[in-house]
Amino acid sequence: MTVTDVEKNAEALTMKITSEYDAPVERCWQLWADPRQLERWWGPPTYPATFVEHELAPGCFATYFMTGPDGDRSHGWWRIVSVEAPRSLELEDGFGDEPGNAGGMPMTRMSVHLTERPDGGTRMTIESTFPSREAMEQLISMGMDQGMQEALGQIEAVLAGT
Amino acid sequence: MVVDLLADDARADLVFNALADPTRRDIVRRAMQGEHSVSDLAGNYAMSFAAVQKHVAVLQRAGLVTKERRGRAQLVHTDIDAIRAATLLLDRFEELWRARLDQFDEALAD
Repeated sequence: MTVTDVEKNAEALTMKITSEYDAPVERCWQLWADPRQLERWWGPPTYPATFVEHELAPGCFATYFMTGPDGDRSHGWWRIVSVEAPRSLELEDGFGDEPGNAGGMPMTRMSVHLTERPDGGTRMTIESTFPSREAMEQLISMGMDQGMQEALGQIEAVLAGT
Repeated sequence: MVVDLLADDARADLVFNALADPTRRDIVRRAMQGEHSVSDLAGNYAMSFAAVQKHVAVLQRAGLVTKERRGRAQLVHTDIDAIRAATLLLDRFEELWRARLDQFDEALAD
Protein backbone atom coordinates (compact mmCIF):
# COMPACT_ATOMS: atom_id res chain seq x y z
CA MET A 1 0.00 0.00 0.00
CA THR A 2 1.50 3.28 -1.04
CA VAL A 3 -1.12 5.60 0.45
CA THR A 4 0.07 6.83 3.84
CA ASP A 5 -2.51 9.46 4.74
CA VAL A 6 -5.90 10.76 3.64
CA GLU A 7 -7.43 13.96 5.02
CA LYS A 8 -10.98 14.75 4.05
CA ASN A 9 -12.89 17.86 4.95
CA ALA A 10 -16.59 17.60 4.22
CA GLU A 11 -17.21 21.28 4.88
CA ALA A 12 -14.32 22.71 2.89
CA LEU A 13 -14.96 19.99 0.23
CA THR A 14 -11.31 19.01 0.05
CA MET A 15 -9.33 15.80 0.06
CA LYS A 16 -5.60 15.52 0.54
CA ILE A 17 -4.10 12.13 -0.24
CA THR A 18 -0.46 11.38 0.59
CA SER A 19 1.46 8.47 -0.88
CA GLU A 20 5.08 7.35 -0.78
CA TYR A 21 7.34 5.69 -3.31
CA ASP A 22 10.86 4.28 -3.31
CA ALA A 23 11.60 5.98 -6.63
CA PRO A 24 13.25 9.42 -6.70
CA VAL A 25 11.26 12.64 -7.26
CA GLU A 26 12.38 12.98 -10.91
CA ARG A 27 11.09 9.50 -11.73
CA CYS A 28 7.70 10.17 -10.12
CA TRP A 29 7.46 13.49 -11.95
CA GLN A 30 7.82 11.65 -15.29
CA LEU A 31 4.54 9.91 -14.63
CA TRP A 32 2.86 13.34 -14.78
CA ALA A 33 5.06 14.95 -17.41
CA ASP A 34 5.21 12.19 -20.01
CA PRO A 35 1.74 11.64 -21.52
CA ARG A 36 2.52 8.03 -22.47
CA GLN A 37 3.37 7.23 -18.84
CA LEU A 38 0.48 9.31 -17.53
CA GLU A 39 -1.93 7.26 -19.65
CA ARG A 40 -0.88 4.15 -17.81
CA TRP A 41 -2.41 5.26 -14.53
CA TRP A 42 -4.85 8.20 -15.00
CA GLY A 43 -7.86 6.23 -16.29
CA PRO A 44 -9.39 3.20 -14.57
CA PRO A 45 -8.46 -0.21 -16.10
CA THR A 46 -11.83 -0.40 -17.88
CA TYR A 47 -11.55 3.20 -19.19
CA PRO A 48 -7.91 3.78 -20.14
CA ALA A 49 -6.99 7.38 -20.91
CA THR A 50 -5.41 8.67 -24.11
CA PHE A 51 -3.90 12.16 -23.93
CA VAL A 52 -4.31 14.14 -27.12
CA GLU A 53 -2.67 17.36 -26.02
CA HIS A 54 -0.35 17.63 -23.08
CA GLU A 55 1.70 20.68 -22.35
CA LEU A 56 2.57 21.38 -18.76
CA ALA A 57 2.88 25.15 -18.88
CA PRO A 58 0.73 27.80 -17.16
CA GLY A 59 -2.43 28.56 -19.11
CA CYS A 60 -1.99 25.51 -21.37
CA PHE A 61 -4.38 22.62 -21.63
CA ALA A 62 -3.98 18.90 -21.54
CA THR A 63 -6.88 17.09 -23.18
CA TYR A 64 -7.67 13.41 -23.05
CA PHE A 65 -10.38 10.87 -23.64
CA MET A 66 -11.08 7.61 -21.87
CA THR A 67 -12.25 4.65 -23.91
CA GLY A 68 -14.80 2.27 -22.41
CA PRO A 69 -15.28 -1.44 -23.05
CA ASP A 70 -17.83 -0.70 -25.81
CA GLY A 71 -15.58 1.82 -27.49
CA ASP A 72 -17.48 4.72 -25.92
CA ARG A 73 -15.38 7.77 -25.19
CA SER A 74 -15.57 10.29 -22.40
CA HIS A 75 -13.52 13.44 -22.64
CA GLY A 76 -11.65 15.37 -20.01
CA TRP A 77 -9.15 18.18 -19.73
CA TRP A 78 -6.69 19.89 -17.44
CA ARG A 79 -5.98 23.59 -17.43
CA ILE A 80 -2.50 24.13 -16.05
CA VAL A 81 -2.35 26.84 -13.40
CA SER A 82 1.30 26.53 -12.35
CA VAL A 83 4.21 24.17 -12.81
CA GLU A 84 7.50 23.81 -11.00
CA ALA A 85 9.17 20.72 -12.42
CA PRO A 86 9.81 18.30 -10.87
CA ARG A 87 8.14 19.34 -7.61
CA SER A 88 4.73 20.85 -8.07
CA LEU A 89 1.82 21.07 -10.42
CA GLU A 90 -1.45 22.90 -9.99
CA LEU A 91 -4.32 22.45 -12.38
CA GLU A 92 -8.05 22.50 -12.96
CA ASP A 93 -9.45 19.11 -13.84
CA GLY A 94 -12.71 19.01 -15.78
CA PHE A 95 -14.94 16.78 -17.86
CA GLY A 96 -16.33 17.36 -21.34
CA ASP A 97 -14.79 17.89 -24.75
CA GLU A 98 -14.70 21.67 -24.39
CA PRO A 99 -11.53 22.51 -22.47
CA GLY A 100 -11.77 25.46 -20.13
CA ASN A 101 -15.25 24.72 -18.90
CA ALA A 102 -17.10 26.19 -21.87
CA GLY A 103 -19.58 23.33 -21.46
CA GLY A 104 -20.38 24.48 -17.94
CA MET A 105 -19.41 21.18 -16.38
CA PRO A 106 -18.01 21.40 -12.85
CA MET A 107 -14.28 20.99 -12.28
CA THR A 108 -11.88 20.17 -9.49
CA ARG A 109 -8.86 22.20 -8.48
CA MET A 110 -5.89 19.89 -7.99
CA SER A 111 -2.56 20.62 -6.40
CA VAL A 112 0.29 18.09 -6.60
CA HIS A 113 3.50 18.24 -4.57
CA LEU A 114 6.48 15.89 -4.76
CA THR A 115 9.05 16.02 -1.98
CA GLU A 116 12.14 13.94 -1.34
CA ARG A 117 12.11 11.61 1.63
CA PRO A 118 15.26 11.35 3.77
CA ASP A 119 15.89 7.85 2.35
CA GLY A 120 15.80 9.08 -1.24
CA GLY A 121 12.24 8.05 -2.02
CA THR A 122 9.35 10.38 -2.79
CA ARG A 123 6.36 11.66 -0.89
CA MET A 124 3.52 12.82 -3.13
CA THR A 125 0.57 14.85 -1.89
CA ILE A 126 -2.44 15.55 -4.05
CA GLU A 127 -5.01 17.99 -2.76
CA SER A 128 -8.33 18.26 -4.57
CA THR A 129 -10.86 21.01 -3.95
CA PHE A 130 -14.43 20.99 -5.19
CA PRO A 131 -16.13 24.32 -5.90
CA SER A 132 -19.48 23.24 -4.40
CA ARG A 133 -21.29 20.20 -3.09
CA GLU A 134 -23.46 20.13 -6.21
CA ALA A 135 -20.36 20.02 -8.38
CA MET A 136 -18.96 17.26 -6.22
CA GLU A 137 -22.13 15.21 -6.58
CA GLN A 138 -22.07 15.60 -10.32
CA LEU A 139 -18.39 14.72 -10.58
CA ILE A 140 -18.27 11.74 -8.29
CA SER A 141 -21.64 10.10 -8.33
CA MET A 142 -21.88 9.41 -12.03
CA GLY A 143 -22.67 5.84 -12.95
CA MET A 144 -24.66 4.46 -10.05
CA ASP A 145 -25.19 0.73 -10.44
CA GLN A 146 -28.54 -1.02 -10.47
CA GLY A 147 -28.09 -2.60 -7.02
CA MET A 148 -27.73 0.81 -5.47
CA GLN A 149 -30.84 2.10 -7.21
CA GLU A 150 -32.82 -0.80 -5.75
CA ALA A 151 -31.39 -0.25 -2.30
CA LEU A 152 -32.34 3.40 -2.60
CA GLY A 153 -35.91 2.39 -3.36
CA GLN A 154 -35.96 0.24 -0.23
CA ILE A 155 -34.63 2.94 2.05
CA GLU A 156 -37.15 5.48 0.77
CA ALA A 157 -39.95 2.96 1.29
CA VAL A 158 -38.79 2.43 4.88
CA LEU A 159 -38.78 6.15 5.60
CA ALA A 160 -42.14 6.71 3.93
CA GLY A 161 -43.76 3.89 5.96
CA THR A 162 -45.83 4.52 9.05
CA MET B 1 -28.43 11.91 -2.36
CA VAL B 2 -29.75 9.17 -0.13
CA VAL B 3 -28.22 6.78 -2.61
CA ASP B 4 -24.75 7.73 -1.45
CA LEU B 5 -25.53 6.50 2.02
CA LEU B 6 -25.33 3.05 0.45
CA ALA B 7 -22.06 3.58 -1.38
CA ASP B 8 -20.52 0.48 0.16
CA ASP B 9 -21.74 -2.62 1.97
CA ALA B 10 -20.43 -1.64 5.39
CA ARG B 11 -22.33 1.65 5.27
CA ALA B 12 -25.44 0.02 3.84
CA ASP B 13 -25.41 -2.41 6.79
CA LEU B 14 -25.26 0.48 9.25
CA VAL B 15 -28.10 2.31 7.50
CA PHE B 16 -30.43 -0.66 7.21
CA ASN B 17 -29.68 -1.80 10.76
CA ALA B 18 -30.39 1.70 12.04
CA LEU B 19 -33.70 1.81 10.19
CA ALA B 20 -34.74 -1.69 11.30
CA ASP B 21 -36.14 -0.28 14.56
CA PRO B 22 -39.51 1.56 14.73
CA THR B 23 -38.36 4.07 17.35
CA ARG B 24 -35.33 4.98 15.28
CA ARG B 25 -37.42 5.36 12.16
CA ASP B 26 -39.71 7.67 14.09
CA ILE B 27 -36.74 9.72 15.30
CA VAL B 28 -35.50 10.11 11.71
CA ARG B 29 -38.94 11.22 10.53
CA ARG B 30 -39.19 13.81 13.31
CA ALA B 31 -35.64 15.00 12.69
CA MET B 32 -36.48 15.46 9.02
CA GLN B 33 -39.15 18.00 10.03
CA GLY B 34 -36.70 20.09 12.05
CA GLU B 35 -34.41 20.15 15.05
CA HIS B 36 -35.37 18.40 18.25
CA SER B 37 -33.46 18.11 21.49
CA VAL B 38 -32.80 14.61 22.78
CA SER B 39 -35.00 15.33 25.82
CA ASP B 40 -37.89 16.49 23.58
CA LEU B 41 -37.56 13.30 21.59
CA ALA B 42 -37.45 11.20 24.75
CA GLY B 43 -40.86 12.65 25.73
CA ASN B 44 -42.42 10.83 22.78
CA TYR B 45 -41.50 7.33 23.81
CA ALA B 46 -42.14 5.07 26.75
CA MET B 47 -38.46 4.61 27.48
CA SER B 48 -35.68 6.25 29.40
CA PHE B 49 -33.70 9.27 28.24
CA ALA B 50 -30.60 7.05 28.11
CA ALA B 51 -32.37 4.55 25.84
CA VAL B 52 -33.39 7.31 23.43
CA GLN B 53 -29.86 8.64 23.52
CA LYS B 54 -28.62 5.19 22.50
CA HIS B 55 -31.03 5.13 19.56
CA VAL B 56 -29.79 8.55 18.47
CA ALA B 57 -26.20 7.29 18.67
CA VAL B 58 -27.03 4.37 16.34
CA LEU B 59 -28.57 6.79 13.84
CA GLN B 60 -25.58 9.05 14.15
CA ARG B 61 -23.14 6.24 13.35
CA ALA B 62 -25.19 5.42 10.26
CA GLY B 63 -25.01 9.04 9.17
CA LEU B 64 -28.77 9.49 9.30
CA VAL B 65 -28.81 12.24 11.91
CA THR B 66 -26.34 14.70 13.34
CA LYS B 67 -26.23 15.88 16.94
CA GLU B 68 -25.11 19.31 17.93
CA ARG B 69 -24.70 20.76 21.41
CA ARG B 70 -26.28 24.18 21.76
CA GLY B 71 -26.17 25.53 25.28
CA ARG B 72 -27.45 22.76 27.50
CA ALA B 73 -29.50 21.07 24.79
CA GLN B 74 -28.31 18.41 22.35
CA LEU B 75 -30.11 19.06 19.11
CA VAL B 76 -30.74 16.25 16.69
CA HIS B 77 -31.39 16.86 13.04
CA THR B 78 -31.25 14.99 9.79
CA ASP B 79 -28.69 16.27 7.43
CA ILE B 80 -28.57 13.54 4.82
CA ASP B 81 -28.41 16.01 2.00
CA ALA B 82 -25.62 18.11 3.38
CA ILE B 83 -22.47 17.25 5.28
CA ARG B 84 -23.22 13.56 5.27
CA ALA B 85 -23.58 13.42 1.53
CA ALA B 86 -20.34 15.33 1.17
CA THR B 87 -18.57 12.88 3.46
CA LEU B 88 -19.82 9.93 1.46
CA LEU B 89 -18.87 11.52 -1.82
CA LEU B 90 -15.40 12.14 -0.48
CA ASP B 91 -15.21 8.46 0.50
CA ARG B 92 -15.89 7.50 -3.07
CA PHE B 93 -13.41 10.06 -4.32
CA GLU B 94 -10.85 8.50 -1.99
CA GLU B 95 -11.54 5.06 -3.51
CA LEU B 96 -11.05 6.49 -6.97
CA TRP B 97 -7.69 7.98 -6.01
CA ARG B 98 -6.52 4.87 -4.18
CA ALA B 99 -7.17 2.80 -7.31
CA ARG B 100 -5.45 5.43 -9.43
CA LEU B 101 -2.39 5.51 -7.16
CA ASP B 102 -2.14 1.72 -7.27
CA GLN B 103 -1.79 2.09 -11.01
CA PHE B 104 0.69 4.92 -10.49
CA ASP B 105 2.78 2.53 -8.43
CA GLU B 106 2.62 -0.15 -11.12
CA ALA B 107 3.59 2.29 -13.88
CA LEU B 108 6.47 3.46 -11.71
CA ALA B 109 7.84 -0.06 -11.45
CA ASP B 110 8.37 -0.36 -15.22
